[in-house]
Amino acid sequence: MTDIFLLQGGIHPPQHKLQSSSQPLRTLPLPSQLILPLGQHVGALATPEVAVGDLVLKGQLIASANGTISASIHAPTSGRIRAIEQRPITHPSGMSGPCIVIDTDAQERWLDITEPVDYRQRSKADLLACIHQAGITGLGGSSFPTTVKLSTEASITTLIVNAAECEPYITADDCLLRYHSAQVVDGIDIVLHLLGYPHCLIAIEDNKPEAIAALRAALQNRTDIDVVVIPTKYPSGGEKQLVQILTGQEVPHGGIPADLGILCQNVGTLGAVADAILQGYPLISRITTVTGSYVGQPGNYRVLLGTPIEHLLTATETPLDNIERLIIGGPMMGFSLQNIQAPVIKSSNCVLVPDTQELPWPDPAQDCIRCGHCEQVCPAKLLPQQLYWFAKAHEFEKARQYNLMDCIECGACAWVCPSKIPLVQYYRFAKGRSQAKLVEKYRSDHARQRFEVREQRFLQAKVDKINRRQARITTAAHQQAEKTNHSQPLSSDKLPSVNPVLQLKQLKTAVALAQTKLKKATQALSDAESMQSLSRSKLATTVAALQAGLAQAEKQFQHQQQTMGLDPEREKSLKIAAVKAQAEVRQLQRTLDDVEESGRTASTEQLATAKTLAKVARKQLDIYLQGDHKT
Amino acid sequence: MSSIVLAILALLSLAIVFGSILGFAAVYLRVVGNPLVDQVNSLLPQTQCGQCGYPGCRPYAQAIVKGTAINKCPPGGESTIHALADLLDVDPLPLDAEHGVEKARTVAYIREEECIGCTKCIQACPVDAILGAAKRMHTVIADECTGCDLCIEPCPVDCIDMLPIELAPTSWYWQQPDNLIATDRSVLVQSTSRYEYD
Repeated sequence: MTDIFLLQGGIHPPQHKLQSSSQPLRTLPLPSQLILPLGQHVGALATPEVAVGDLVLKGQLIASANGTISASIHAPTSGRIRAIEQRPITHPSGMSGPCIVIDTDAQERWLDITEPVDYRQRSKADLLACIHQAGITGLGGSSFPTTVKLSTEASITTLIVNAAECEPYITADDCLLRYHSAQVVDGIDIVLHLLGYPHCLIAIEDNKPEAIAALRAALQNRTDIDVVVIPTKYPSGGEKQLVQILTGQEVPHGGIPADLGILCQNVGTLGAVADAILQGYPLISRITTVTGSYVGQPGNYRVLLGTPIEHLLTATETPLDNIERLIIGGPMMGFSLQNIQAPVIKSSNCVLVPDTQELPWPDPAQDCIRCGHCEQVCPAKLLPQQLYWFAKAHEFEKARQYNLMDCIECGACAWVCPSKIPLVQYYRFAKGRSQAKLVEKYRSDHARQRFEVREQRFLQAKVDKINRRQARITTAAHQQAEKTNHSQPLSSDKLPSVNPVLQLKQLKTAVALAQTKLKKATQALSDAESMQSLSRSKLATTVAALQAGLAQAEKQFQHQQQTMGLDPEREKSLKIAAVKAQAEVRQLQRTLDDVEESGRTASTEQLATAKTLAKVARKQLDIYLQGDHKT
Repeated sequence: MSSIVLAILALLSLAIVFGSILGFAAVYLRVVGNPLVDQVNSLLPQTQCGQCGYPGCRPYAQAIVKGTAINKCPPGGESTIHALADLLDVDPLPLDAEHGVEKARTVAYIREEECIGCTKCIQACPVDAILGAAKRMHTVIADECTGCDLCIEPCPVDCIDMLPIELAPTSWYWQQPDNLIATDRSVLVQSTSRYEYD
């Protein structure tokens, strides 16, 4: 028998468990419509795999997991996809979210499921993939994808099976153990196999004698699994609290039980794992406690995921009018649901419809009287009062320093508060706001990085431009220097040039330059004349000088042409021919790109001919320019 | 007499030793730039929108360190002003309306069928959040957009909208409970009724 370390803090709220646990496990009639939100789990939304109007079979994948931290969703029964749209979801915000809506056909036609092989023959990766595909998430309320937890790198020495179910009213796990303890034990065996057979502890509160008996019967004196009966105290079922009760070890700040070599799994999750591995069934239903004085037939029901809460209430003979409040989850940690059209999802372990006598609305809060009761009941050993001041004053940074993030939001502090201060709401608000601030900070840092990289890029481009320009200037200066070296002997007009073609080109440029200069000077002169400027005479001299320069340049150019024996007319016609041929080639190329495969060969031949023609024309021009002028 | 000389010598040698340490520190442990600018810059929202009148968040941070008012940043709003006031130990001022008003964060959205592919918004975006090529439709990478509005002005066909970011269940969080004290309630009722009679 394992030693028990008593939970520090905690409270003993009225149990109210008999309302539901005294009834047998029942199955709900099939609703006419099922609403399956794509986000029933922690992590990324699932991606729809069906289209509106598709027929789906029971157990068919309708939305697949989007990455590792996500879970797939399967059709809970056969029917037709009515819509994929925004519908009210089971969320404290009362918002809508993307949902797949199925019109059920009441035929319950199953997808063909092949008989799975014995899990002991299968590899670990294969089993994990199977659990991932079945869309299993933590059914205790966390909704964290189970595969992520099971594929931990840490070596696990202890598996803790959480059957504590400490919250008042809820008896879903109790009921599962009473009716399906063998299935849970199968699930434990599979997980033990996955983890390499660590020691296993099943923690269960002493207020569930029937479940304990059923579990013991299913275990049949096995020695590798211990059933540890723990005293009833809220919140013993919290993961970190349970670890502490069973092992005396504290999960480190910001850490997970796997850091201590411990893995916790809820009994409901293990039941779903057994179904997936042994039967091949995906997660399509769960046991939900429907309870509260307002409910006509309180009890535990096997509910298909996606069943609208409204259907659940009608089927349990709960009057829909005058519902004061409807709580999803327990009275301590649950939240009020704002729309009864919202569906039952993977994490919905309880639907509580109390009347005002049973669970009255909280009294208005009074000022804190610093009694310190909250500190005594806090199971996480925080300073609730201090956190309250910080949250109220919006000093989130300080609240974080006082380990706000370690608060499990169990509500024990608010339960004992004599001033009825809604402490947990303050912590939830402070957590949310401080998390939002962190996200904002991350975003602004990210934006700054992107901005700086962009600035850097622009700067680099500017530097590159300047460098290129510098390089161009240097090369130009070199060329100029070479040119002057070459043109010195030419200036005498007697010595033949090394390359007459190049010389001709230079002369042509000189003519063009002189023309431009003259044009500008003439313009300036006319401007000066119209404005009666004083510099007229000076400009006039410049124009005259430039005219003379142009005349000389033209003369030199013509002279060079004559000495080379060039005929301007002939040169022009050759040039035109070459350009025309080139244009034709381009035209053909374009048509070739446009025509279909079939007409291609003819066009290709045409193109080849045109190319040859263009080449000939170009060659003629070159030869002519190179000095063979007689051809 | 000799004790005085000794004392002077001792002080002198100490002065030389510490002076040289300080001298070396001034050269080798020198802090490049003003670290305060970085701190101020990290508090600014980094939208790079220029609403403050400076060409980006860092230039405004530099100006703040030199003594410019801290209330010129509409995207940061009150919370940024308070954070800056805390850091610089000055009084928080209300947001200067001349530079704009605090708005909910938005994200740019290009009506893609109207986009002519002019690339002008791509050049204007300070965080490279717009994707596209010349004569091809552009689009905004919503996750990278800071909502600075700088792409609106250059768009020749006005096809960019600034859409408010819708609250999703994933970004939702609990609001602060209104801590109504039982005795306050009656006071509140009385005061409102008195106001009505006036």
